[in-house]
Amino acid sequence: MGLELPKYPEMEEDQVFNFTDSEIVSHVKQALASVLSGDNNSYNQLVGVMHHSKHLAPDEVALLETTLKALAGAVSSIDITHHDSLLSAIFCMSMWNYGPHVADALAELIVSLAISNGKYLDLCLGMLVSNFTPPPYFLDKLKMPHGLERKGQVLSRVHAAFKKIADYVPLAPLRLLTIVLQGMPTIYHKDRAIVIYVENMLKLESGEIGELVGCTILMAVVDRLIELDVEIGWDAILQDDFSKGIFEMELEDVDDIEESAEPDVGEFRLSRKSLAGNSIAELLDNLLVLTFEHLESCEREGRLAKVFETLLQSFRVTVLSAYKSKFAQFVMFYACALDPENCGMRFATMLADLFVQDSQPQPTRMSAVSYLASYLSRAKFLAASSISSMLKRLVDWCLEYCEAHDGDINPNAHRVFYSGCQAIMYVLCFRMKVFVDVPRLKSELLIPLEQVLKHKLNPLKVCLPSVVEEFLRQAKAASLFTVCKTFIFDGLLESELSRAFGGLERLDTFFPFDPCVDMDEFDYALKKMSITPKATSNYKFGGRFQEPARMPSRIRPSTSPESL
Amino acid sequence: MEGLSVADANLVMYLHPSKSRNVSQSILRELGSLLFKFNETFDGVLLAYDVNILDKQAKILSGVHPYFGLRLKANLLLFSPKPDMLLEGKVVKLSQESIHVIVLGFSSAIITAENIRGEFKYRTKDTEELFASKSHKRHVIKVGTMIRFLVKSFDEEILHIIGSLISAHTGSIRWLDRHLEEDSEFDRSSMKSRDREWLGDKTVDEGATPMSYDNHIKMSKKRRITE
Repeated sequence: MGLELPKYPEMEEDQVFNFTDSEIVSHVKQALASVLSGDNNSYNQLVGVMHHSKHLAPDEVALLETTLKALAGAVSSIDITHHDSLLSAIFCMSMWNYGPHVADALAELIVSLAISNGKYLDLCLGMLVSNFTPPPYFLDKLKMPHGLERKGQVLSRVHAAFKKIADYVPLAPLRLLTIVLQGMPTIYHKDRAIVIYVENMLKLESGEIGELVGCTILMAVVDRLIELDVEIGWDAILQDDFSKGIFEMELEDVDDIEESAEPDVGEFRLSRKSLAGNSIAELLDNLLVLTFEHLESCEREGRLAKVFETLLQSFRVTVLSAYKSKFAQFVMFYACALDPENCGMRFATMLADLFVQDSQPQPTRMSAVSYLASYLSRAKFLAASSISSMLKRLVDWCLEYCEAHDGDINPNAHRVFYSGCQAIMYVLCFRMKVFVDVPRLKSELLIPLEQVLKHKLNPLKVCLPSVVEEFLRQAKAASLFTVCKTFIFDGLLESELSRAFGGLERLDTFFPFDPCVDMDEFDYALKKMSITPKATSNYKFGGRFQEPARMPSRIRPSTSPESL
Repeated sequence: MEGLSVADANLVMYLHPSKSRNVSQSILRELGSLLFKFNETFDGVLLAYDVNILDKQAKILSGVHPYFGLRLKANLLLFSPKPDMLLEGKVVKLSQESIHVIVLGFSSAIITAENIRGEFKYRTKDTEELFASKSHKRHVIKVGTMIRFLVKSFDEEILHIIGSLISAHTGSIRWLDRHLEEDSEFDRSSMKSRDREWLGDKTVDEGATPMSYDNHIKMSKKRRITE
C-alpha cells in the first residue's frame, strides 16, 4: 500500500498517558465508523499503523500494540466490505516480525476476529497457518539462538490461538485441517520452509486439536515423505558396484560390534557422496528426523499405539503401493523399534495378513512379503519367537499352496508363491542360527520348508539366485538339507526366471529395509538398525537428537542388484 | 429448543463398485461424511442417522456410470436453525462487546452488544464479567450460563449463528424457567384476567413473560424427505 504514514500519528501522542483502554477502543470504533460516512482520514491512519513491520522504534511498537488491542476490542465494528484494506493488512502481518508483546496483541486480535463472525474464520485460520513458516529473510536465522527464541515465541502463540478458537468455535479444527493440508508446501519448494511447516503439523498432531485432526495430518506427512522419496531416483543411490553380493558383509558375527569403537560420523557422512548435494535427499532427511523425534515424543506420552494405527493405515495405502519406496518405510521401522512387542508385532502381522489374503492384488501381496522378509531379517529388536511364528505362517501357506497346485515351473503364474519362498529363504539367510539351535523349530519349520523347496514348482530354480545360493550355503553348513541337484549360479545375482516372477516391478529384488551402504559404514548402519531403543547402548538409533547423523534416515536403502 | 427435527428419509445411494465388498460399511461411511455439514436436500445439518437398507440386491446403473444404486430408509436427526427460532446454548465467553455461545456442543453463536436488550448491563464482579438485568437482580448471564436466544441469521457453511437477546423471553434459561413457574402459579390463582391482556398485547415489557414462550417446547416435527 502506498500509504505514507505520518511520522507521529496524532492519536498516538497522548494516548499513551492519558487515555484508558475503553477510550482507545471507542476511538478506533469511531475511526471504523467514519469510513461509512466517507471520512477516511483516521481509518487510513489505522491501516498505516498495521503496515509498519520492520525496524520499529519503541514508540512505534507501543502504538502498534495499543492499536491491535483496541481493534480486538472493536471487532464487532469491523465490516468485511468497508474495512477490507484494514483486514488485508492484518492478515498479511507476520508474527515473526514482532516482539512478544505485539505478537500477543496480534494473536488476540486474530482470535477475536475468528470467533466474531463466521466469515472471518477461514481467513484467520489461514493467517495463523501462514505463520507456520517465517518470512524468507528469517529462514537463515532459524538456527541461531535469537531465531530459535523467536520461533518458540511465534509457534506457541499460533498454537495457543488455534486452541482458543477451537474452544469457542467447536468445528474450527475441521476447517483448519483443510487449510493446513492445502497450505502445505509442495516438494517443489526446495527450501527449509517445508521442514518447519511439518514441524508445526506434528505439533498440531500432538496438541489437543490433534484428537480431531491428528490422523489426517500424520497421513499427509507420510504422503509428503513418499513424494520426496520417489523424487530421489534409484540411480542416485546405486552408483557403486554392488556385485559384491548382498550377504557377504551381513553374515559376519555382529556380536562384537557392541564393543567396537565409536563410529566415525564424519566419515559416515562423506560416504554418502552419491547423495551429497541432493537437496531433496537433505529435505527428506530432515523430515524423517522430525518424524522420528515426534514418534519418540508419542512414545513418552504413551500414545504411540494410537499413532501407530494411523501409520499402519497410511503405510498400507501409500508406502506399500509406492514403487520401491526407499526411505519412507523407515518411519514404520522406527516406530516398531520403539515398541517391539506391540507395534513391532502388529506390523509383521499386518504384512503377513496382506500376503495370505487371496483378495489382495498380486503386487500388494508380493510387496507385503518383501517388506515382511526384510523386516524380519533386519529388525534385531524382534524376539526369536516372533520371527519363528511369522516364518511358520509363511511356510504353512507355501506348503498349502504346493499341495493345491500341481504343475511345473511357471514363474508368472505362481509369482506370489515364489515371492513367499524367496522371503522365507531370505529371512533364514539372516536368522539361520536361531533355528538350527532349537530342535523343535527345526522340525516345525525346516522340515515343511524342505518339502516346499523340493516341490515340482521348484522355487530354488526360480527365486533370486543370490538368495538361493546363500541360503543353500548356510543350510549345507548347518547340514539341514541335502539338495541333490547342484545349483551353479556362477555368482549370478538374478536370473531369467527370477526376473519373470518379479514382474515389471522387479519385486524379486526388493528388500525395503536393507541399508544400502558401503562396506565401511555397513557395520555401523547395521548396528543402528539392530539395537532396540530400550537398550541403554550408545548406539540407540536416533535416540539422541544432538546426534542427528545417527538417524537411520542416513542409511541408504536396499542394494538392489537391479541397477546392474 | 427449536431447530431440531427428525426426518424419515427415503434415499438412494450410489456406490462405486469397488465398495461392493463391504456395502453396509460404505453406506455408513457415506452417511458419516454428511455429518455436521449443512445439506441442502435435508435443509439442515445432519446430526445423527439410523439407516435401514431396503434392497437385498442393488441395481447397476446402465450407461457410463458403473455405480450401483441402493435404496435406503433412514431416520435423520437434523438441525436447521431459521431466523426467529429459539435456541439454547452455553455461554463460553463474555465481554462488553459480545456473548459467545456454543449450541449443542458444535455450533457457535455470537450475540453482539447491539443485539442485547437494554435491560442487561455489563458489569464485572470480582474480575468475573457478566451481564445482569437491571430489573431482576437474579437474572444474570455469565460464562457457563445456559441461555435461550433468538436466531438472527445462520451461516450454513461455517454453521455460525448470529443471535439476539432483544426479546423478553430470552436470557438465562434457569431464570426464565423459574420465572415462568412462578408466573404460572401466579396466573392460576388470581391473574387470569391479565392473562388475556397479555395475549392481546404482544409488546411485552420487561419482566413479563410472554405467552409465546411455550413455543420453544414444540415437539420435534416430523418431516418426510424423498430423494
